[in-house]
Amino acid sequence: MATSTDTATPDRGWRLFVRTVFARAYPRLIGQQREKAWIFFETALPFLGTIGYIYVYRAIQAPEEFIGFVVMGGAMTAFWLNVMWMMASQLYWEKESGNLALYIMAPNSLMAILLGMALGGMLATTLRAAIITVLGTLLFNIQFAIASYAQLFAVFMLTMAALYGLGMLLSSLFLLWGREAWQIANLLQEPVYFIAGFYFPVKSFGVVVAMASSLIPLTLGLDAMRQLVFASGPTLGWLPVEIEIAALVVLAVAFIAAAKYWLALMERKAIEEGTLTDRRR
Amino acid sequence: MLSTIRRSFVPAAWLGWQIESNWTDPFLFFTFSIVKPVASVLILVFMYNAVSQAGPGSPVYAYIYLGNAFYIYVGAVMAGASFSVLDDRERYRSLKYIYIAPVSIPVYMFGRAVARFITGTIAVAVTLLAGALLFGVPLNPLTVDWPMFLAALLLGVVCLTFMGVFIGAWTMTIRTEPWFVGEGVAAALYLFSGAIFPLSVLPAFLQPLGYVMPMTYWLELLRRASLGPGAAAFPTLAGFTNAELFGILGLITAAFGVITWVAYRYFDRVAREKGLIDAVHNF
Repeated sequence: MATSTDTATPDRGWRLFVRTVFARAYPRLIGQQREKAWIFFETALPFLGTIGYIYVYRAIQAPEEFIGFVVMGGAMTAFWLNVMWMMASQLYWEKESGNLALYIMAPNSLMAILLGMALGGMLATTLRAAIITVLGTLLFNIQFAIASYAQLFAVFMLTMAALYGLGMLLSSLFLLWGREAWQIANLLQEPVYFIAGFYFPVKSFGVVVAMASSLIPLTLGLDAMRQLVFASGPTLGWLPVEIEIAALVVLAVAFIAAAKYWLALMERKAIEEGTLTDRRR
Repeated sequence: MLSTIRRSFVPAAWLGWQIESNWTDPFLFFTFSIVKPVASVLILVFMYNAVSQAGPGSPVYAYIYLGNAFYIYVGAVMAGASFSVLDDRERYRSLKYIYIAPVSIPVYMFGRAVARFITGTIAVAVTLLAGALLFGVPLNPLTVDWPMFLAALLLGVVCLTFMGVFIGAWTMTIRTEPWFVGEGVAAALYLFSGAIFPLSVLPAFLQPLGYVMPMTYWLELLRRASLGPGAAAFPTLAGFTNAELFGILGLITAAFGVITWVAYRYFDRVAREKGLIDAVHNF
């Protein structure tokens, strides 16, 4: 018969890591589904914006594949918004609501908490992105010609890994800011939609700007996915898909490693100085 | 009246300006104020350039550019007025104190909208300047019909503020996800008011929605005042004279004034009865 001491033995190591990931993913996944209004608005608002851009292309009599480009860009905005508002700024919100100190004091790693947020958020956001894509496809009769399912899957997964790695990195940086965090999260929307080529081929920028914008994982991810799903995609793409996949691997590894380093640094600062978790900062 | 302005409007405008601007130094504030709207208009410029061979001389280019530039006011003033209520209630948790202070809440909301109008004006001015100097938008300050421009701008901003106060009062009665209301209305107006494409591009069954939106007439007046005859290149509102457009916009503004007054009284009562003045939603 198990004693109360046995059952209270805490998990350590990878078990604790995995349990933390699931524990943090659970409310993200379930909580969002409980907020029906949230699901509706988070799908409908980006979709309305997407439709606006579709009609701009219609007004200037653009070739039909550009409509598909916009729908795909509109679907990916869901991921960017999720990363900015529910990942990068999450630790800032936790600081504001007084939970951050508990996060830091708990024996689990911040990386596991953020990974849980990422996985929970990614699943729910994928559903929204899929709805935007399906609605856009049906309403505007978009034709797909998928060149390689394997590459498409690889590009999507690598883009998500790099993107959420970037989100983890930003979440540690956001901790350093006070009210600026809100402004910066708000600011990093339209400029990122522009620089990452959400609604037009990134090739339009020319080599130098396109290279700089490739630091945002969605730039390469979107470009590669467009090349893989539209018949005319390769002619409008920037780099060959294989190179973009390799670059996404590098970005994913770099962002996740940088996030691990910065989170550890922030955790240490929080413990040593005791002021990082203070919402009045 | 003067006392209400002194007690409610002026402090609210000053508070709004401080909240908007004092989180950083003036240079960074200025940069932040213009980066977002300029990026938004750059998306459209690059979309246009990626497809169109006509270049910036085409009337559709100026139509899209100006519509998007002036639409900044919608986000700033209308959505801003409603967000200010939520900022006070949810973020700074000060709405309950404002409510028990001797101020008029609707006038306070008007004041907060003014601060957003000022920051919006900076963004609009920079966007228009960039359009004229860098992106080939055929804007010439010497040919702009300034009296018409200023009259249309004023009327539209008053209408937007009424709408913002209406949405702000409405959001006071919403406990779950009130942030989306302002954004949702702004997004719908963006789509149905012909801000970045002529209404004639919309499916026929959606076009009537555009004709009941005040922003449709407001943007048309601003385009006509800014561009002159070139603005009338699209058939959507070409049949209306400037006086008719002013008349329609004036009527809709007056209607919104009345609706907002009635709605505010209703929503205010509901929010008080349900104890939502100091409600904070947690998730």
